[in-house]
This record gives sequence, C-alpha cells and structure tokens, in this order.
Amino acid sequence: MDQALFQYLLRMGDTSLILSHRLSELTGHGPALEEDLAMTNVALDLLGQSRLWLTLAGEVEGNSRDEDQLAYLRDAPEFRNYLLAERPNTHYGSVIARQFFFDVWHYFLLKELCSSSDERVAAIAEKSIKEVTYHVRRSSDILVRLGDGTAESHARMQDSVNDAWRFVGELFLDDEITEALAERKVAPLHSQLWPAWLDHVSTTLQESTVALPNPDDAHHRAHRGGVTGRHTEALGYILAEMQHLQRAYPGAVW
Amino acid sequence: MQWLTGVPDPEIPVLSVVDLGLIRRIGWDGSTCVVTITPTYSGCPAMHEISADITSTLQAHGIEDVRIETQLSPAWTTDWMTPEGHAALKGYGIAPPGEKAINISGITRRATDVVVPCPLCGSNHTRLVSHFGSTSCKALYRCNDCREPFDYFKAH
Repeated sequence: MDQALFQYLLRMGDTSLILSHRLSELTGHGPALEEDLAMTNVALDLLGQSRLWLTLAGEVEGNSRDEDQLAYLRDAPEFRNYLLAERPNTHYGSVIARQFFFDVWHYFLLKELCSSSDERVAAIAEKSIKEVTYHVRRSSDILVRLGDGTAESHARMQDSVNDAWRFVGELFLDDEITEALAERKVAPLHSQLWPAWLDHVSTTLQESTVALPNPDDAHHRAHRGGVTGRHTEALGYILAEMQHLQRAYPGAVW
Repeated sequence: MQWLTGVPDPEIPVLSVVDLGLIRRIGWDGSTCVVTITPTYSGCPAMHEISADITSTLQAHGIEDVRIETQLSPAWTTDWMTPEGHAALKGYGIAPPGEKAINISGITRRATDVVVPCPLCGSNHTRLVSHFGSTSCKALYRCNDCREPFDYFKAH
C-alpha cells in the first residue's frame, strides 16, 4: 500500500469533511439569508470533494473501506484534518476569517494538484478548483465588506483574523509524507505555497483595513498536529454528532 | 442519446441531461449499456437522481442492463450546455450562464463584474443579491429596472 498517498488523501478528505461539518452547523443560523445559503452551499461542495478524496483513499488503502467507513468509523486520533478546520464557530467574523484563510490555501494547493503525476489526484483537483475559486472570491469579498464596514465589524474582523492566524502555519508544514509525494510529483511541498498565499492574504487584508498579523506568529509549534492525529478537543464534539447515527445503528443506510 | 433528451434535471425540469452537457459517452460492454456522465458540482445531490433516471429511462426503452460510470476529468463546465439548454433556461426565468466558464486562473475578488441580463425584461441593469441561490449551480440576482428577482445559472 502507498502509505504516504493514503495519509495525504486522508488529510485532504478529512479537512474538507470537518470544515464542511462546521459550516453545516450554521444551517438555519446564518446572520442573513444570503449567508445561510452561502455557508450551506460551500459545505455541500466541500462534502462532495471530501467524498471523492476519501473514496480514493479507501481504494489506495486496499482494505475495502469506503468513504462512509472512513468518515463514520474512525476515532479522533485517526483523523488527519488540519486544526484550522475544526476551530469552533463563534461569531460570524471568526467563521469568515477561518474560511478565507482556508479557501486561499485550498485554491493554491489545488492549482498545484491539478498537475499531479497521479491522474486520479489531478482529476479530483481539477473538479474541485472550479468550486473553490468561487469560494475564495466570495470569502475575500465578505472579508473586505466586514473589515471595511462599521467600527464594530472592523474590530471583530481584526480579532477573528488574529485568532485564526495561529492555526494557518500548520497548512504550510512539510513532513515525510509531503516530502515523499513531492519527490514523486504527486503533490507540491506545502511550504512552497506560502508566498502566493501570503501575497493574496495581505492584499485582501489591506483592502479590508484589517492589519496583517506578524507572519512569524503563524508558525508556533503549539498549534500544529492535526495531520498526525493530535487534535484539539473541538474535534471530539464534531465526531460525536457526525458519527452518532452509525455508532448507534451500525450499518444503517438510507 | 435521443432517449436521454427525455431525462430532466430534477431541480430544473426544463433542462434535460443532454442539454446540461452531462453525457460523455454511450457504449456497450457486452449486453450492458454503459453511460458515462460527468458530475456537475461535487456535492450536487441531484446526481444520484439523474443516474437513477437515466437507468430507468433506458430500461423503459427495452435496454435491461445499464451501468452508469462517472468521469471527473475533464471537469464539467457550463460551456458544454447546448443552445437549446440556454433557451430553455431563459424561457423558464433563469438567466443562462455567461459565455465563458469561471476563470480559475485568478482569485481576484469581486467576481461579479460580469453583466447578467435579466431573463424577464432583458435589461443589463441588474445586481447580485446572493452568491448562492436555491442550488449550488445558481446565484440570486435582481433586476434594477423591472425589479424582479431571478436566478442566474453560474458560469462554471
């Protein structure tokens, strides 16, 4: 089994799955009808992408685990999502900051994955990036509107950006998995995505009048570990809700 | 292929799966008819219905064994929608997608600088109300002249 590829596919699938679940928690709770629609639609896109990644992960693993078994029957330490995805929804500014940082990273990563030497990976990336381009344009747009809005929305947006900032460094870390895949040109080194990411983020923040946090503060060692299964307590609560049905009624289907 | 023009999109019944440009190939594997489709949006819940509808339509025409295969690449684009599809959408009150599919080469914000003509009065004087509408494939607009809200089938 291609262990590095399997782990990488779990990172992609789990990150989309967990963020999708976070966004879906806002269904019926959005601050405005338009935002409610947007969050649920973005959640739906990410869920669809997650299914593609996890299905492929199951095939690569070769243990006949399908997307459902991977999503519903693993415990928190087996999840490989980035910590940013599991950050809780507090007020809407934090939802947008989290989404904006993720979307920009997701866009630049998928752009590289479109030319992956593994054609199955390239096909999923090619499919996903069209949706993600729309996501990143929208979250950039909302970030500017909130940051450059009222004194209250500006202050909240600044707080949210500062808070989410601690968790972005992990997105750009390389380890033996990304290095092995980069050598085979299956995936890019994540550290190479940082300059383009920072460029778009700082341009957008400038337009939003929100101050860019110190880039060094994004790379604190305390705020990493998601992709190796070391999660914050937030993930357990997500899984408790997401997996309840399959845990209580094993094998239940529609 | 002609039979499949009778298979509607479950969300937008004036469009057939052929109009949408979903059908990549129809072929045979022994006595099994293999229909290859390209999914629209990754999470579109209508894809399941569409597969079931294609199967039952072909079975109603006497083809017993049908297999639906999905192909991700090249990714589906609204550029594949037929002229009939565009006309049907407009007649239904949904603005058809702009000529070019979403440009993924850049992430500059304010993607909404495209002009979306009102499908009801034809005015170019419209504005985006919501990036997303009732389904993933649509956005919500409003006409500043006739004041009517309408759906726009996003260029994708």
